[in-house]
Amino acid sequence: MGDSHTTTVMNLEDKFVFGGKLKTFTFILMAIGVISLVALVFGAMSDNHGENDAHQSKTELSANHESSDPRVAHTESHGSHVAHEVSESTHHDGSTRLWTNLLINSFFFFGIAIAALFFMSIQYAAEAGWSTVLKRIMEAISSYIIPGAIPLAIVFIAASLHWNHIYHWMDPDVMDPTSEHYDRLIAGKKPFLNQYVFWGFSIFFVGLYIFFQRMFRTRSLQEDKEAGTKLHMSNFASAAGFLVIFGYSSVVLSWLWIMSIDTHWFSTLFGWYIFSGIWISCLTAMILIVLYLKRNGHMPYVNSSHIQDLGKWMFAISILWSYLWFSQFMLIWYANIPEEVTYYIPRLFGEYKSLFIGMFLVNFIFPTLLLMDSANKRSPFWLTFVGIFIFLGHWMDAYLLITPAVAKSGFEFGFQEIGLMLGFLGVFMFFVFRSLSKANLVVKNNPYLDESINFHL
Amino acid sequence: MHKESDIRQPLIFGDKSYKQITDDVVKPVFGKANKYWWIVFSLSAIIAVWGVGCIAYTIGTGIGVWGLNSTVGWAWDITNFVWWVGIGHAGTLISAVLLLFRQKWRMAINRSAEAMTIFAVMMAGLFPLMHMGRIWNAHWIMMPFGIFKNQFGTLWVNFNSPLLWDVFAISTYFSVSLVFWYIGLIPDFATIRDRAVKPLQKKIYSILSWGWTGNIKAWVRFEEISLVLAGLATPLVFSVHSIVSMDFATSVIPGWHTTIFPPYFVAGAVFSGFAMVQTLMLTARKVLNLEDYITVKHHEYMNIVIVITGSMVGVAYLSELFIAWYSGVEYETYAFLNRARGPYWWAYLFMMSCNVISPLIFFIKKARRSLIISFIISIVVNIGMWFERFVIIMSTARDYLPSNWDMFHPTFVDIGIFIGTIGIFFTLFLLYARTFPVLALNELKTILKSSGNNYKNGTVINPLIASKPAYANSDDLTKIEGIGPVISGLLNEMGIYTFKQLSLIDPINIKLKLDSQGSRFRTHEPKTWPNQAKMANEQRWDELKKWQDELNGGKAN
Repeated sequence: MGDSHTTTVMNLEDKFVFGGKLKTFTFILMAIGVISLVALVFGAMSDNHGENDAHQSKTELSANHESSDPRVAHTESHGSHVAHEVSESTHHDGSTRLWTNLLINSFFFFGIAIAALFFMSIQYAAEAGWSTVLKRIMEAISSYIIPGAIPLAIVFIAASLHWNHIYHWMDPDVMDPTSEHYDRLIAGKKPFLNQYVFWGFSIFFVGLYIFFQRMFRTRSLQEDKEAGTKLHMSNFASAAGFLVIFGYSSVVLSWLWIMSIDTHWFSTLFGWYIFSGIWISCLTAMILIVLYLKRNGHMPYVNSSHIQDLGKWMFAISILWSYLWFSQFMLIWYANIPEEVTYYIPRLFGEYKSLFIGMFLVNFIFPTLLLMDSANKRSPFWLTFVGIFIFLGHWMDAYLLITPAVAKSGFEFGFQEIGLMLGFLGVFMFFVFRSLSKANLVVKNNPYLDESINFHL
Repeated sequence: MHKESDIRQPLIFGDKSYKQITDDVVKPVFGKANKYWWIVFSLSAIIAVWGVGCIAYTIGTGIGVWGLNSTVGWAWDITNFVWWVGIGHAGTLISAVLLLFRQKWRMAINRSAEAMTIFAVMMAGLFPLMHMGRIWNAHWIMMPFGIFKNQFGTLWVNFNSPLLWDVFAISTYFSVSLVFWYIGLIPDFATIRDRAVKPLQKKIYSILSWGWTGNIKAWVRFEEISLVLAGLATPLVFSVHSIVSMDFATSVIPGWHTTIFPPYFVAGAVFSGFAMVQTLMLTARKVLNLEDYITVKHHEYMNIVIVITGSMVGVAYLSELFIAWYSGVEYETYAFLNRARGPYWWAYLFMMSCNVISPLIFFIKKARRSLIISFIISIVVNIGMWFERFVIIMSTARDYLPSNWDMFHPTFVDIGIFIGTIGIFFTLFLLYARTFPVLALNELKTILKSSGNNYKNGTVINPLIASKPAYANSDDLTKIEGIGPVISGLLNEMGIYTFKQLSLIDPINIKLKLDSQGSRFRTHEPKTWPNQAKMANEQRWDELKKWQDELNGGKAN
């Protein structure tokens, strides 16, 4: 019946073998990561004994920071707030540098994995046909949720045990009215910013992500063996449920994990901004993986129309991200309220200025101008070119979400930052490609497969 | 070649042919209106006249006739403005975004949704014009580009004000929507022109259709310009309501200044817009007898869009509420507590229950496929979204200084103008329904062969899949007595691959095909094939075997 056609026309049994050069490459990346990590750990240890000095210079720096910055005005209700902005602005010492870098990379790659799960759910829920041939790639990326949760957990455990001071609110002093470091504003957030809520939501939502990832994957593997639409329809229903969970959880986790680092600061748009960032990073990763596989003779059924559609997604979500970036920035800039502008002062007017502006320009202008043309959306060269730039650009976005919040000034950027990122990239690639090699590159009995293979724009 | 999965449901019912589609769509243009049309039209027209009266009274007397006071300087005027602009959102979303996403179901509803956009934006535009007080000076807002540039000093116009950005955003949106709508109408106007008999009618539709001939080059350009306009219109969907939201969000008013406003207003606008499309389409399918084109599946898709955008709005409401507390800013916290527990608590309750809770019913498949529930929820959402804007605007009723606090009481003019715009809107829409092709009939024809029920179930052979599909679930047709490998191939050429298809076909079609292949097939007689195929399809193999034994080479003895 149908199957006899299947094998004669195109090889649907095509499998990807993870080995050789690619595997070696991921190991090299991991080795670079380990070297950078060791360098960062040494940096942290050598800084440790001089903590008292560092604390002194911290206060000095912050004092300068305050006086030189007329934009931070004292207001009646936020007097204590500005005062504590001072104690919060930490110098980028070795230990902070180690832990912020671990958080940046853990978050960035974990974000890509959950965005893949989200994107796959959209494909199911929207009854999308064209993308069926790409489903295994989404599954593979989302499989990184489990290994990716481990470094994230390590950073959070370290924060909870006060090995690092990324989360200012985790310091019990700021919540204690008798302490000299007591911060009325942060203490007011205690019902949300406490260990129970932080760990409760994190474990619950990440647990749900893992649960859904396993469920989609198991059903999809089963679909290779059994025909019919039952499994697909189950995934359709689960996807609708997952989208609701994701809609709420992504916002809450973005507050807990990222926004709370800038403890005083708040923005209602923040959750969606983070969400669009992980989404575009995930799409970029997807495109690069598809192009790599096609270059190596896999996935003959992925044609230029599929590539163009992925290019359109990359174009569209880049613009969505830029739109959200601008919406948040413009409204805060326009209203110029002290408690809100604190976020942009180190980033846009401080030491991070060029990185911050550069990051936005790369992430907005590169895809907008270079992917406007439909021919470029089909061109492996342009997609790779733009893809690599915005992948790095969004990594830089993650860097700028976290580092300036921890260290308002005196940050260092060296080979360690880049090395650790490459190390994480190696781990990410290792797990994604390993997952990809474990099954067919295409879901054989998906009811939309036929439509997807015959898809032409 | 486009292929469609078997699990996709048909979008056109009732055994339509190309001609039948044209007949169905142009019927209201050439036919006489029925009783219901006249009843609804008269009612709308009366309300519209009352609305126009109230508008004239406002312009003649001044906006003091509204219920505004020094605390609530913006009330129903801006509420209605934002509500109408929001409704105007779905039209362009359906035309542009769904076109880019290749959603075929849009073709049954895009024309009317676009018409709705045009009329809704017109209604929206009335409110800022009226609020100017001296409407005869309205052209001043266009001064920077006119001959009067700088005549009124550097303060005029104020480019720092989002209200001015609104003027440009909305007029751009209106122009692009109008062009999009009109370009799509040209081929359909031409179809009406070609059928019109009365000289005046023919003349009007000739002018409107710009000499459209329907040649292939014209169609290529038509499709290109549609995509270009869709590409231009999609950012406009975002820009218009983002800028409307900035009317509030650029201020420093608690409850207004919050960063989520731009995307949240966009989601809310799409939400309310789809609710209005749902209301109009559920009415139109009944009144204009379009049930075959605007099917339950269409309404289900719209309900899905409603539940998604409703959930986005829900996330935004809760984010706002949470951050108001989290920020530790007492004014912000108070603004939200006041919404929920202050004098306008009932409006807040309406907003929350209508917008966040009620659409959740669409997670149940039965509910989103029920036309009655769809209709009720669409009305509920329209009401809820009006209250959402009202709740936001009424934040100002209790500002920083308690001695300023005041309530808003609408006057009969406020009410008259709001109800009046609904009347004008429906009057325009009903006139449109009698004079325009309410479905994009020429575009619908392009999906007939892939999404028409008759083509999908095989009653009509689909030349689109006549070439060999790589992965179709085809049956072994040679199991039918009288069919060998060669004839099986010929049947495949006709698009017949399965027993089910074969069982549905009139054998005369097969006979014609066989005859066309030359004399060696003349002796074959396909009369029993459909019946045999029926048995095979139903897996009645024993019965088939028995019958085949009786048959002589596939021919009945």
